Amino acid sequence: MKREEKFPVLKKEGQWRAFGLFAGKQIVRMAALLFLVSIAAFFLLSISPVDPLKTNVGQAALGSMTDEQIAKLEQYWGVGVPMTERFLSWAGDLLRGDMGISLLYRRPVIQVIGEKLSNSLWLMAAAWLLSGTAGFLLGILAGKKRGGLLDRFVTGYSLVMASTPAFWIAMVLLMVFAVWLKILPVGFSIPVGMSAEEAGIGERIVHAILPAAALSLTGISNIALQTREKMVEVMESDYVLFARARGDSERSIVWRHGIRNVALPALTLQFASVSEIFGGSVLVEQVFSYPGLGQAAIAAGLGSDVPLLLGITIISAAIVFAGNTAASLLYGIVDPRIRRGGRKG
Amino acid sequence: MDKTIEKQGVPLLEVRNLSVSFTQYQGLFGRTRLEAIKSLNVTVKKGEITAVIGSSGSGKSLLAHSILGLLPYNASSGGEILFQGSLLTEKRKKDLRGKEIVLVPQSVSYLDPLMKVGNQIRNGRNDQEWKEKEQAVLKRYGLGEETEQLYPFELSGGMARRILISTAVMGTPQLVIADEPTPGLHIEAAKRVLGHFREIADDGAGVLLITHDLELALEVADSIAVLYAGITVEEGRKEDFKDEKYLRHPYTKALYRAMPEHGFYSLPGNQPYAKDKIAGCPYRPRCPFAAEECKGSIQGRQLNGGYVRCVRAGEV
Repeated sequence: MKREEKFPVLKKEGQWRAFGLFAGKQIVRMAALLFLVSIAAFFLLSISPVDPLKTNVGQAALGSMTDEQIAKLEQYWGVGVPMTERFLSWAGDLLRGDMGISLLYRRPVIQVIGEKLSNSLWLMAAAWLLSGTAGFLLGILAGKKRGGLLDRFVTGYSLVMASTPAFWIAMVLLMVFAVWLKILPVGFSIPVGMSAEEAGIGERIVHAILPAAALSLTGISNIALQTREKMVEVMESDYVLFARARGDSERSIVWRHGIRNVALPALTLQFASVSEIFGGSVLVEQVFSYPGLGQAAIAAGLGSDVPLLLGITIISAAIVFAGNTAASLLYGIVDPRIRRGGRKG
Repeated sequence: MDKTIEKQGVPLLEVRNLSVSFTQYQGLFGRTRLEAIKSLNVTVKKGEITAVIGSSGSGKSLLAHSILGLLPYNASSGGEILFQGSLLTEKRKKDLRGKEIVLVPQSVSYLDPLMKVGNQIRNGRNDQEWKEKEQAVLKRYGLGEETEQLYPFELSGGMARRILISTAVMGTPQLVIADEPTPGLHIEAAKRVLGHFREIADDGAGVLLITHDLELALEVADSIAVLYAGITVEEGRKEDFKDEKYLRHPYTKALYRAMPEHGFYSLPGNQPYAKDKIAGCPYRPRCPFAAEECKGSIQGRQLNGGYVRCVRAGEV
């Protein structure tokens, strides 16, 4: 579907009605997406070979238990209950607003997610902003003069980074800054042996530097390459040629025409890239033992914590979806060709 | 008209033997030079319109770009361009463009698609003086006040053309270069657009009108330069086109006969491409008067108050 059709809003009259229609459609889409995502997650769990008892209780402990105790544990972990039954009961609870109790943490899923998400959100927001702004600036500088020294440097860097896995960067950063130089902590979100209440904001920031750097270093390349490509296109466009013919300086051309025409695609890409930051954070959090949502997802998956895993899946899908919706909304609001496009035939 | 020439002495713009060539890479080591413009001569006088006529591929737009110093990096040029009697160096081009020498480009794609046209006419200057000037210019071209709030995609073809002309008359240019200002317009709109250029010339500036449409050009131009395969084959006055016998070059005569009111006679064959290197006169393969001497180098010369580059001109 073309963006124009997706976003027919802001034609002065009927503007709000159109916006309502758009919002309604998006909500229906999101519900359908979440439903399908949860079914897929349930299906994957149902074919997972992980035995919840063996992983969470341990072979040795199980051997010393009576049959009665084992039966009790099996009941707790839901062994033997058909997946469809479990899905229906979980979905029914969710519709009533109850995400269930985490089997591993023995606390409501919503609480666990809230706590982990607040850790991760920091990290992801920092990485998202950093990679977005740095990538945008590098892309502009590179595309301003195609084939120049800066262009070759930025393109080279981006290509290397784009083909490097985030977890590997994370390990290299860890080795250099935590092990050799010893200027940043090795892992976790607060100092070892300190309770969450004692830890100050400064300590939290210091602990988030390396994971955020690992995430944004790889995130930069995508946005930088895209911005460069678009910038090159702009600098070779007819309207830039005309600006030169009118005696505008290169600097004023970059400011007046370059940034204006490059910002929109970059912004859209940036909002759509939320999913990449999310995906990257799972690996990076694992490397830094950072107690965020990504780590919780891995723990829940390996430990058969069905309610928690599904909760995390739903929340992350919703956030990624929100990012994409924001991208298409922004396009409609910022780009006059779409905003006003309806006026003329 | 004659009094302006006498008063001036030196022409406003004089392009002498301009050549523009591109370096192209072929394979790993091969490099060829592609001569897009071989020898271009054109003169523009103050208060006059000089039309440069040529079919596509004759190097017309490159002429505009070389006067403005906007040739791409892989281009090199020779010959000389004089503006107000003194050599137009790259530095001088840079200083003069947008002020003394302005370009009126050919299509709406020369406007930033994301910027309102008012801002583009003023080129970012937002003070009261420029805003008033802008309104006056819009009014002059029959565009409403609200036009400045439109984006380029909201303009019709004719409006876009008038907006592009507006950008030129915001200052006080000496030379206006109009690059194909009429394609895509119906005949009435095209004539109106050319009328605007006539006005600009009547106000005292020189206009270099680059076009492929001889018939339209004759409506407004004072003198005509005909381009063929990157070479100026003839320069003459508008009056010369009243009758075929005043025309000097066989190609110009062919163009003349191709006009609807002169028989609509179309000339067989095509203009050679820049990469087909033809020794001597490039028109030779199509010329009915071609002779052995046309294979040698051809010098331009004055003839009947104009310029021609044909060894047989005057005798046939």
